[in-house]
Amino acid sequence: MVNRVLTVSLLAGLLAGLLIGALQHVTTTPLILKAETFETAMRALEAQQAAFSGDAKVVLAHSGHEGGEHPEWKPEDGFQRTALTTLVTIATAIGFAALLLGGMIAAGDRIDDRTALAWAACGFLAFGLVPAAGLAPELPGSAAAELVHRQIWWIATALVTAGGLFVFLRMEAPWLRALAVLAILAPHVIGAPHPAAPESKVPAEIAAHFTALSLGIQAALWLVTGFAVGVLWPWMSRRAAAAPATA
Amino acid sequence: MNTNTASISSQASVSERVKAAAAALVLGSVLVFTVGFAHSTSVHNAAHDTRHTLAFPCH
Repeated sequence: MVNRVLTVSLLAGLLAGLLIGALQHVTTTPLILKAETFETAMRALEAQQAAFSGDAKVVLAHSGHEGGEHPEWKPEDGFQRTALTTLVTIATAIGFAALLLGGMIAAGDRIDDRTALAWAACGFLAFGLVPAAGLAPELPGSAAAELVHRQIWWIATALVTAGGLFVFLRMEAPWLRALAVLAILAPHVIGAPHPAAPESKVPAEIAAHFTALSLGIQAALWLVTGFAVGVLWPWMSRRAAAAPATA
Repeated sequence: MNTNTASISSQASVSERVKAAAAALVLGSVLVFTVGFAHSTSVHNAAHDTRHTLAFPCH
């Protein structure tokens, strides 16, 4: 069964990652590249201002790294960057597929295309839409709060939302369901970490377009991954069941 | 005897399930964490565009 989990995660992730990687290439990546031109211009301006006023208070995307002292490895624009982005998307999809399988197996659910799609939709809610309500998908160049704080808020929100959804959908007791709703709302009552002032020079139209596309891509990644898991798992199970009979 | 074998095989399948679920959750968490959250600069730069697209907190 462990082997089947690995095989199905890898195959489903590979399929979904390749498909969404291609989609990314024509939707969000061009906007990221466009935003980087604004970011570069802004960094030049920031360097000027910092030299003028003695310090730079705004924490800008990319400027938090150790500056230009150590040239850092970066994929070259073009094929290398596209290939790596696709590879990383495939790795993410494999991760999502494994999480879906882990959840469904732990819950003792039957795994087919319909159940896997339902789990994937919840995965998108917990790891995509709900964290985005606090930390909107943003382009390079946007001002943002301390990275670690945002990461902690994001992970906590995703886990609490996933747990809350599970309790709400699987438990009958009204008080448990009420508790689940409260738990899902709690991170938003606490509030996501935000910078003191928005400082992005990326035009709002581009940023808004990117946010909408990002949510769409995330939904597509979850749903395609879930569907692939739901189709591949029963197929692999049938093969595994047939194997000893023929042996 | 039938019930015995049945209970043994169902026990085996429970431990199989626990192992499979644990393996899947560990694999998934490690992958998603590396891709979305690891602070290593090389990992960040390689994953940059995907992190932005999938709205993992970046930079």
